[in-house]
Amino acid sequence: MSRIKEKFNELKSKKEKALVSYIMVGYPSESATLSAIRGLVKGGADIIELGFPFSDPIADGPVIQKASTGSLNNGIKIEKFFKLVKKIRSETNIPLILMTYTNILYKQGYQKFIKTAKNAGIDGLILPDMAIEESKGYLLAAKKQKMDTIFLVSPNTQKNRLSKIAKATSGFLYMVAVFGTTGIQTKIHQYTIDALKSTKRTVKNVPVGVGFGISNEKDVKKYVSVGADAVIVGSANIKIMENTPKSKLEGTVFRFTKKLKRQTK
Amino acid sequence: MKIGIPKDGRFGDFGGKYIPETLAPAIEDLEKNYLKIRNDPTFKKELSKFLAEYAGRPTPLYLAKNLTKKIGGAKIYLKREDLLHGGAHKINNTLGQALLAKRMGKKRIIAETGAGQHGVATAMACACLDLKAEIYMGYIDTERQKQNVFRMELLGAKVHSVKSGSQTLKDAINEAMRDWITNVDSTYYLLGSAVGPHPYPLMVRDFQSVIGNEIKKQMKKIPDTVIACVGGGSNAIGTFYPLIDSKAEIIGIEAGGKGLNTLYHSAPLAVGTKGVLHGMMTYLMQDAQGQIQETHSISAGLDYPGVGPEHSYLKDEKRVKYKAITDDEVIDAFLILTRTEGIIPALESAHAIAYAMKIAKKMKRTQSIVVTLSGRGDKDIGIVQEYMKKNVKNKRKI
Repeated sequence: MSRIKEKFNELKSKKEKALVSYIMVGYPSESATLSAIRGLVKGGADIIELGFPFSDPIADGPVIQKASTGSLNNGIKIEKFFKLVKKIRSETNIPLILMTYTNILYKQGYQKFIKTAKNAGIDGLILPDMAIEESKGYLLAAKKQKMDTIFLVSPNTQKNRLSKIAKATSGFLYMVAVFGTTGIQTKIHQYTIDALKSTKRTVKNVPVGVGFGISNEKDVKKYVSVGADAVIVGSANIKIMENTPKSKLEGTVFRFTKKLKRQTK
Repeated sequence: MKIGIPKDGRFGDFGGKYIPETLAPAIEDLEKNYLKIRNDPTFKKELSKFLAEYAGRPTPLYLAKNLTKKIGGAKIYLKREDLLHGGAHKINNTLGQALLAKRMGKKRIIAETGAGQHGVATAMACACLDLKAEIYMGYIDTERQKQNVFRMELLGAKVHSVKSGSQTLKDAINEAMRDWITNVDSTYYLLGSAVGPHPYPLMVRDFQSVIGNEIKKQMKKIPDTVIACVGGGSNAIGTFYPLIDSKAEIIGIEAGGKGLNTLYHSAPLAVGTKGVLHGMMTYLMQDAQGQIQETHSISAGLDYPGVGPEHSYLKDEKRVKYKAITDDEVIDAFLILTRTEGIIPALESAHAIAYAMKIAKKMKRTQSIVVTLSGRGDKDIGIVQEYMKKNVKNKRKI
């Protein structure tokens, strides 16, 4: 069983929901990445999503765009990234998800990239620009490596499409909460809640997580109360990392994560 | 070899729709609506009327006698897209898509622009059809094409200066796509080149094919060679597509910048590798890690790291040859055409002129070359002036 699936089973038996925490690897620095991950793990994050930078992140808002550019400027490359992943994996058994864009995988070859990722300790992949129609080669390669493929759906995804996407999904299904890019802060819309509920009714094979624009305890609490199996927090972590001196980073991330995690219990 | 409607949006290996899920319903809706109007006589009639009475079609095919004489060799014909309303071929596409948007009930139009020509053509079509236009333009491009920014504003469009990434066309597309993701219900994304996810490459090619179709009618016989410049490749695919099944030799010209052996060019077909950007699989300028590289060209309109997927297909099929012309050669061609014919070409189009000049002299006098002069060069005179100040060699020519 995959680490992600195991985690959801474990949470289910404890009647908890999953807190998924995103950071951009190498931003603001490599050592900050490692400190933040320690804080996330200690604070109770259930799954960690590791961003790998891409020059043209069309699904991301300003915060992650800036982090992406920063990470590239700090010299994050595939080899270095996986070296860091191995280091993280040696310290923790937490499920690790890699989030990047299709071209990064395509350029190396799906097979080769996914094999390297698996060997480094990555459990699942998220590619926001990998449409289901284009995913054949990617899915084959992932299946071969027993890599979970986490697809995104949107509040406007039609039911027949939703079923098709859910079928290709393993680990969990990622529902985008808002019409927009990552990090957009708005109130929680009724349309998101309705979409989440109807997605849960249609999708039975995998848990359903919600992400984009979730930045505080209140958001986490609300989504959990309306049925989310997981909540994903990203840009908020990056903002903390930008604004916290390194000596205090692990502690600050720990406290923030602990506050969020409490709302999933 | 000729592909009408690409199955699954693919031209061979190229194209497809690599898009965030939020856009999937919008793309599906667009495809459905476009295929509906594609052969609808009422739509065609409406568009033809606008193209004739508003944009100024058909454009002349001009035998450049003085240039031909100066070069010696094949006859050089110019397809005068520079004479269209707005000064470039872009209006062929913006009128088509704006009419489609209107039929789809969309009131807000967004677009990206590089040199500003597509932005201006969008702003014009929107003013004419009573639609609201917002244009994304890289900060660097807004600086080097200030006049076009003001033109768009005069036409009632709102211009957003994009300060992310390399601050040029590719980033303007990124930002337009982000806007579309955010406002997907109310907004129509009017893409300006034959790039992006399916059905854009098909749609833009169809709307621009009026260029090649007119060339076929205006030339008494099929020309020996046709040449057009390629950035995203909309004027080129519009020129080439109707001639793919003919015997004509077809050549696309990319921006060679400071030379293909340097890092400063925009020639993904000449030296790029396959990859995925802006919703399509195509040849790209990218590094070994799959990061998109910054490009360079003296012409903002060709300064793009990708290219329309149908061009990638035609390259692999060896139906079209793709060559590159350097900035220096472009300036030479710009000056020569201006002097011999009294036609100031856009720097983009001057790439195609430069290549025609290169090969014409090796061809027979009975042979003919058609070059698509995709736009006029008024927008570029500042750039040329500055270039000449820096380059004494060219300065002497004035």
